[in-house]
Amino acid sequence: MSGFGTLAKVLALSFIRDKTAVFFTILFPLMFLVLFGVLFTDHGTSKAHVVQVGEVTVLDQLPQTAKTDLKGSLSVTKESGPLQPQLRKVRDGDYDAVVSEKDNQLAVYYSEADQVRSATVRGVLESVVQSANIAASGNVPRYGLNTHRVEDKSIQPIQYQTPGLLGWAISMSAVFGASLTLVEWRRRKVLRRLQLAPVSLAAVITARVGVSIAIALVQGVIFVGIALLPAFGLQLTGDWWLAIPLIICATLAFFAIGLLAGSFAKSAEGASGISNLIVLPMAFLSGAFFPLDSAPAWLRSLSEVFPLKHLVDSMRNVFVRSADLATILPDAALLLAFAAVAGAIAVKLFRWDDV
Amino acid sequence: MRVPVNGSTQTIEANDIAKSYGSVKAVDGVSLSVSEGEFFGILGPNGAGKTTTLEILEGLRQPDRGRATLFGLPVWPRNLKLLPRIGVQLQASAFFERLTAREQIRTFASLYGVKTAKADAMLETVGLADQADTRTERLSGGQTQRLSLACTLVHDPELVFLDEPTAALDPQARRNLWDLLRGINSSGRTVVLTTHYMDEAETLCDRVAIMDAGKILRVDAPAVLMRDLHRAVHVSVAHGTISLEAAAELPGAAQVSDDGVSLTISTTQPAVLLTELVQRQSLTDLQVKGPTLEDVFLELTGREYRA
Repeated sequence: MSGFGTLAKVLALSFIRDKTAVFFTILFPLMFLVLFGVLFTDHGTSKAHVVQVGEVTVLDQLPQTAKTDLKGSLSVTKESGPLQPQLRKVRDGDYDAVVSEKDNQLAVYYSEADQVRSATVRGVLESVVQSANIAASGNVPRYGLNTHRVEDKSIQPIQYQTPGLLGWAISMSAVFGASLTLVEWRRRKVLRRLQLAPVSLAAVITARVGVSIAIALVQGVIFVGIALLPAFGLQLTGDWWLAIPLIICATLAFFAIGLLAGSFAKSAEGASGISNLIVLPMAFLSGAFFPLDSAPAWLRSLSEVFPLKHLVDSMRNVFVRSADLATILPDAALLLAFAAVAGAIAVKLFRWDDV
Repeated sequence: MRVPVNGSTQTIEANDIAKSYGSVKAVDGVSLSVSEGEFFGILGPNGAGKTTTLEILEGLRQPDRGRATLFGLPVWPRNLKLLPRIGVQLQASAFFERLTAREQIRTFASLYGVKTAKADAMLETVGLADQADTRTERLSGGQTQRLSLACTLVHDPELVFLDEPTAALDPQARRNLWDLLRGINSSGRTVVLTTHYMDEAETLCDRVAIMDAGKILRVDAPAVLMRDLHRAVHVSVAHGTISLEAAAELPGAAQVSDDGVSLTISTTQPAVLLTELVQRQSLTDLQVKGPTLEDVFLELTGREYRA
């Protein structure tokens, strides 16, 4: 295909020389990686803080091993004196719960402000009371419970964040790259000039696609490379290389979105506006930054239309759950189908010139 | 209109082409033919339809009606076989972003399958060897136009279209570009140029089409157009060479005026008048001005030429 190599070279050269584009493609997403790293560092170490008012037999007479276990999830502060001032502390959010005992009845006062913590406190104390009841009955417990985490012990938040942030970075550069090139080339009459040269439309488009895929892979290498540093602690396990075909499929889909945006926009400002309008909501709704688990069901179904959602999901499957080829195939197929449909519409709408 | 020599195919053949934008008839039934090796000019004010005519001939736009052929081949729809044979310089220079002059021309050369060495030589020809490593955004207006021309010619096209190549150039840069354009034509290429400069069309073109409001009013050699005007020739000599009264009585003198610097006699019989002046040896600072294309335009449209 004549012209492909020449135009790809031109596009790559003008991208490398565009400092703003390089910043937004490479450095900007890395800034988010650092930011998220800082935000989520001490998430796991937080314990529920409980105030014990007066004597609480089941807690005070806990065997030593059980006490150590308990310390992993609860920190207990002992206070004497009236109950009321301690309840105020719970209302103010200084403590998660207050526990006291009267006539062998344990009373737990908690706040619903942090539902997860209050549930933890209730659960832990309930189990303490039950163990104490069994011990008091003199019976040997018949059943035991051992818990095991299914993920690798080394799983850190970075394993979730990397696919999300990388996916967002790739979607941004592919959508903006396609739409801005199209609009700028049309505005600068470069497309018109190419219309006069023996260059096919396919060569023009594939050159831009090729450069976009190359940029996406470079983004992936740099991003994952930095995330692998001990400071971030990303681990590559299993078939991590499956991320590469996923990135390529997704770039095609994002590129098609960019082509569509570029077909409608008349100016670079218009193209950026339309691209932002698509990329930002897509990034939030695809769970690139925050998990969507607590979002309403209709929003979660809506997010299925975004290619970024499928890229992030499938890359998380690869990075967190060591998914194999068969697992990611449906997402890859969806991405390609999206690219084909959106791309076909964009080619139909393609114009060499404004008028 | 010229008849094709020996019935051979004309380089350009347009038959009743028309194109409207909304209610505006940009091109309204234009027919023309240009033969091989000709330097053909389309002259007219802004908005006359020159650029749209050119765009239809280049195959960039589909005409609403009519048909255009280059080398006997239809220009619409886009014909990848035809494109390497033509070179087009657009009105606005179309360059890739953030590339140097050398990278631009090498890119265009490569799109046409032309060797790098040829591209570098072309840069030399248009006098831009020193600016080869300059980004196109930083070239001057004249340098940009020359680079644009070099990119148009790098693949050695048989037919060259130039849309107002000297617009916005200073007089020196314009003259330099004229020399380049004459060179292109004398090397055997057919050149079609649009301009709104009368002097440009007069100096460069073998034939000129005068265009106004989407129509071609007349096509001919500039000299023929002017001769056919039957307009007065203005003969002037230095003030004091001959008295106003004596001048008025010279054979052939139609109108006489003296502005204190020179005395001007209008005549429709310049030969008779000049012979008389020679006999009287009254030729100090002699100047003879024929009609210009401005006069032709005025004659054809009934209004003053406004560029």
